[in-house]
Formats: sequence, C-alpha cells, structure tokens
Amino acid sequence: MNKAHLAAGALLLLTAACGGGSGGSGTDDGPVTLTYALWDDAQQGAYQQCADAFQKANPGITIKINQAAWDQYWQNLTTQMVSGKAPDVITMQTTYYPQFVKNGQLLDIGPMAEADRIDFGQYRPGLADLWVKDGKRYGLPKDWDTIAIVYNTAMAEKAGLDLGDLTWNPADGGTFEKALARLTVDTSGRRGDEPGFDKSKIAVYGIVAELNDGSQGQNGWGDLAVSNGFRYIDKNPFGTRYFYDDPKLAETAAWFKRLMDKGYAAPYDKKSSLGPDVVLGSGKGALGITGSWMIKTYLGSTEQKFAFAPLPTGPQGRKSAFNGLADTIYAGTEHPEAAWKWVKFLGSTACQDIVADSAVAFPAITSSTERAVAAHKAAHRDVSAFTSQADAQGGTFLLPVSDHGDEIDQIVGTAMEEVWLGQKDARTALTAANQRVNALFTAGG
Amino acid sequence: MLLRQGEPAAPPVAGPAHRLKAGTRGDGRLAAAFLAPALIGFGLFYLYPALRGAWYSMTDWNLLSRPRFVGLDNYARLLHDPLFWNALKVTAGYVVLNLGIQLLAGLGLAALLHRLTRSLVLRSLLVVPWLVPNVTTGLLWMWLLDADLGFVNHLLTGAGLPAQGFLTSPDLALPSVAVITSWSGTGYTALLLYAGMLLVPRHVYEAAALDGSGEIRTFFRVTLPLMRPILAFVLVVSLIDSFQLFDAVAVTTKGGPVNATRVIYHYIYEQAFTHFKMGYASALALSLVLVLGVLTFVQMRLLRASTSDLA
Repeated sequence: MNKAHLAAGALLLLTAACGGGSGGSGTDDGPVTLTYALWDDAQQGAYQQCADAFQKANPGITIKINQAAWDQYWQNLTTQMVSGKAPDVITMQTTYYPQFVKNGQLLDIGPMAEADRIDFGQYRPGLADLWVKDGKRYGLPKDWDTIAIVYNTAMAEKAGLDLGDLTWNPADGGTFEKALARLTVDTSGRRGDEPGFDKSKIAVYGIVAELNDGSQGQNGWGDLAVSNGFRYIDKNPFGTRYFYDDPKLAETAAWFKRLMDKGYAAPYDKKSSLGPDVVLGSGKGALGITGSWMIKTYLGSTEQKFAFAPLPTGPQGRKSAFNGLADTIYAGTEHPEAAWKWVKFLGSTACQDIVADSAVAFPAITSSTERAVAAHKAAHRDVSAFTSQADAQGGTFLLPVSDHGDEIDQIVGTAMEEVWLGQKDARTALTAANQRVNALFTAGG
Repeated sequence: MLLRQGEPAAPPVAGPAHRLKAGTRGDGRLAAAFLAPALIGFGLFYLYPALRGAWYSMTDWNLLSRPRFVGLDNYARLLHDPLFWNALKVTAGYVVLNLGIQLLAGLGLAALLHRLTRSLVLRSLLVVPWLVPNVTTGLLWMWLLDADLGFVNHLLTGAGLPAQGFLTSPDLALPSVAVITSWSGTGYTALLLYAGMLLVPRHVYEAAALDGSGEIRTFFRVTLPLMRPILAFVLVVSLIDSFQLFDAVAVTTKGGPVNATRVIYHYIYEQAFTHFKMGYASALALSLVLVLGVLTFVQMRLLRASTSDLA
C-alpha cells in the first residue's frame, strides 16, 4: 500500500510539473469528442439517452460519459485539472464550485447564454442564480432536491400515528417529538411514551438521524434550525460571514442531543456507521429525514415498506433545504463551442424531459418537474412530500454557497460531533466553531 | 501488511574468488547497466518527488494555483496546529497499541507453532488475513463491529452484555482500529518470529532440559534472549509500518469521532486532497520524515547492539 501511495504521489507531482503546456486551437471543425463527468451511477442511463439524442442532432459531436463515485469524483477532477486534462463538461455541486471558480477552472458561459437567449425563467426560482459570481455565470441548472420525512409505514400504523402534519419546536419538540417517543420501542415492547420504558434496551429507535452531516445539516438539523429562525450566512451565494453562533441553531442541536439522552435516537457513540438507509432498511429504526435523491432507494426497499411525509412545521414554518446541481464547462476545454452546445442541450426541455421520464431526479425546468412527478405517479410512488414543499410559499431555503466550503464542513462537522457526544454544550461548541469559520474569510484567503 | 517493503535481502551467493576482484572497465559498464533501472526509478519516483515536496513545503499551493513561496510559514503554522499535535499523539497511541498486540499475539502464536506443530497448512492459514487487501479488511470489520447491526455486538447482547460503539465511541475507536490492523498483520509477524525460533539450535534446548529448566522458564530464559535480532528487526519494520496507518482509518472511521483516530497519514491526506493545501501537506509530510528518521536512527543503534548471541 505504501509503495502505491508513494508512486501515486510521485506521478501526481510529475504531472503537476509537466502540466500547463496544453492548449487548444479552439476550433470545432471536424469530429469532436466531449467528455462529460457525473457521479450518480443511477443517473448515467438517463444522461446516456440525452447524449444519444444530442449526437443524433449534432453528428459531428460524440459525448463520452465519465462516471466516478462521489468520494473519488472531486479528487479525480482536481488532479485532472492539474494535468490540464479535465472533462469538457462537468456536473457541479454548490459546495465545491466556488473553489474551482476561484482558481479559474470554470468557463464563464454568460456571454454564450446571452447570445443564445437562454430563458432563465423556465427554471425553478433561485436555481439559476446560484451559479453566478461577480456577474459571471458558470452553470445551467440541471436538477433540484428537497427534504422530507421517510417512515416505516407498518411501524407508524402499529403506533397509531398519522405523520402527515407534525409540529416542532426546540423546547418540547412538539408533536414531532411525541411521535418519535411513540415510535421508539424497547426490547420488552414498551413504547417511549409508556411507563416502564427502558431506554438502555431499545429494539426500534424512533428516529435514525443523519447527524454526521457537515456544515449544512441538510438531512436534519439544518432544516429544523431554519424552521426555528436560523440563518446560515449574511448573503447567499458568496456571503463572507456565517452565523453558526446563533442561539436558534444551538437550541436545535441541543434538542437532537436530548433525543439521544431520552433513548429515541441511538446515542452518537453507539450509532451505526452504515448510514440511515441501511439501519432503516434493517427495521431497527422507524423514521428518518432524507432527500429526494433517495426516493427510489427507500421505495424500492424489499425488506421494509416506506412512505414520505412533509417535515414538521417549526416556529417559523415548515422549511426544507433546496439545492440544485448544474452543468459547467471546464475552462481548459479545447472545444468550448461544442461544450456549450451540450450544456445548452442538458439545460433544455429536450434532455430534462428524458431525465424526468426516468424519474431519477427532479429536473430544474418547471415543466419537466411535472413530467417527473407524473412518472413517479405512474409507478405508484407518492413523492408529494418533496414537491409540495418545493411549491409552498417560503417553504424552502437555499443551502449556503461560499468560499472555504470544505474547511467549514470539517470545522462545523467536528463541533457538531462534540455536541452529539456530550463533550461540549451546543452554545460553546458552535460559538467556537463560528469564530474559526469567520476567521477563514478575514485571513484573506 | 508488515514488511512489504523490507524483505530481508538474500545472502550473496559466493562465487569463485577471481570474480569478486573488481576492476575491469567492462565490469563497471555492466554494473552501471544493471544499476541504471533501479537508480532511474529511485531518482524519478522517490528522489525527485521528495525534493519537489521539500520545495512545495515552503509554498502556498492548492494544485491549481501557482505555488507561492512563503518561506517557513507552513512550518511555523504546524507548530501551532493543535490538530497536528493531536495527530502525532493519536499515531503514537496507535503505534503502541498495534505493536503491543502484534508482538504479544505474534510471539504467542509462534511459540505454539514451534512447540506443538510443524503443519505447513497452519502456517499458511496464519498469513491469509495478511493477504486480504486492507480496504476489504476495513469494510469487513466495519460491518462486524457496527454498533447497531454488527455481528460482534449481536454476540455481546446475546450474552446479556451491553452493545458497544466500537468505531463510533471516542474511547474505543482507536483500539478497534488497532485490533483490525493487528488481525491482518499478526499472522505474518508470528511467522517471522517462528522463523527466528527455528534458528535457536536444538542443543541449547537440550542443555536447558538437562539443567531441569521447565517449558516456560526455557522460553523466557533461552528462546526469547536468543531471538533478539529477529525481535529487533520485527520491531523496526512494524514501527515504521504502524506510523503509516491509513487505509483502515480511511475506510472505517475517517478520522472520527472528533479526531479520535485522525492519525498523521490521514491528516496529511486530508490537507492535501480534501482541502487541497499541498504546501501545508508537504510540510506535514516532511515533519513525519523527520520523526521517522529519528526513530529509525535510534533503532539502527538498537539493531547494531543486538548482534546475535549465537555467534
């Protein structure tokens, strides 16, 4: 293993030393092959169909899809950029894109979008603006996601619960906490809200919370904190001051910690590290908070039967994180014009309807979203918890986009772990983390 | 995982005497030709990157930008980086745990092999865990040790004991990682130690037996002291190897919970490939070289001091 590491490192350094020498002629005459990078293998099929349709309409251009799993995707991309050989068109995500922009690796497609009169009104509001920095546009929206509750239908039925319209507050947890108590069952069959409940011997946890969730808490604490009045950042996208020291967030984190103390969630040091979908699939948990990209995973489960419900309504209403991906062009591409043609196609109804019909994601174009909902309906999948939240007035908030995303992820993620483990109280841990986060911006990075 | 790069060199085959007299120009050229591939490889893949690394350690570089010279800033920062010192501490803790488990368990297994059986099958079985790729080993144990769904906790709760968060509790995570890597490496260590035991001549044991020394006494008074060279050798190699722990952590705990398993290699990796702070990562790597250099020097002395008592 060590030799392999050394060799890989050496190669990397070598390519770094040799890089920078390549340059394209920039003409798109003759046959062109474009590489298109994406990470979700579940979506590869749908985008291959898009590529086939695109190639038929543009005989001179061939699309080669390059799929790499999430964990390797960003590393691959960076090393490929170092060697000047990155894919021409890149599926981009909001946490990672600022650093590529900062290093001049993404092409400003604003002028081309303007020349081709791209109608940004066709996309869901908010999505297109995420990809603009300092007046330059770096991507066309491709899809979006929202968050909802996923629950085991048999367990909810047995508990006599209707999870369709829950309330929540950080003080007593509202009807959401009552439901979690009721869904928790100890090994002798007593529920969390019954006398004699033994929290040290749990058979089924009320909630399997995704708590190891970086700086955004997209799958849980972030959504509830925002519904409690928390705001991440002074300006989005590209703010420079975070508010992780907000008491509204600390209250929310403390509430999650209390769930563990009461036995409704697994204590952090004894929780499974295999992911909520695995634990819920094993029947050792009744409910979770998840994103719309997991729809097919949960509804396709053969062990358990799941359904979705909207997030609980907090003091400031019901709030779901709203995030989207985009297609971007590598600044070092030798075929910028062909790449733009492909990006334009990916951002059009022609491709997004194909994606919609395969129901692997909610496309960014509003009319295509409706097709995706119809495709789910035809397959008897009820996904209204995700879509109605996206449609609701003020029902969503955009996840923060800023520089230093990866470092903030680690600082806040570690602070949250300290809270979950009871090493520090939420106020202390998050105030300290916030100072470190904001120091990243003042240090002149 | 032990010893992959430190295979003991085969003793030189003694040829006819005149061959050993060095000298003619033809021989020199031939030698150069034979040495060239190794030298080129060494220069290209070790020396050059190492020198580049030393240069990068004095720059601010995120792979995509141009390296900007910052002098010793990275090293100054390192001295005040609590996570660096934490990583060193965690690594030291792991080294002690891993060496302790592997040496004790390895010695025990070797003694059993030596006294009870000469079975080739058993000896082969011992190294099977060592042949499993580290990532596979990590995944395997991650499932076995899982707090909720793991087999080990299933056994514990079945026996009326409380379930443990082997990889999620800050107290248990590092020992658990040490157990995982020991599971993989102990068989190989045992085999090496067993080979060392075979070197102890039979007549020494006979003499001990004649003097009325019992089994255990013989082991501690005769076998162990005479194994000193091989013990020292195993120690050196395992020590350096333990410092380079990465895969098991990357697969099972990713450095958590709250930095409890953030060993130095993982920290360097994270700085380099998650935060793309190549300059700082290079400075960290060079400090690790320094630490390992000192340790190796100490151990070389140790090795030289332990020329075999059998000679």
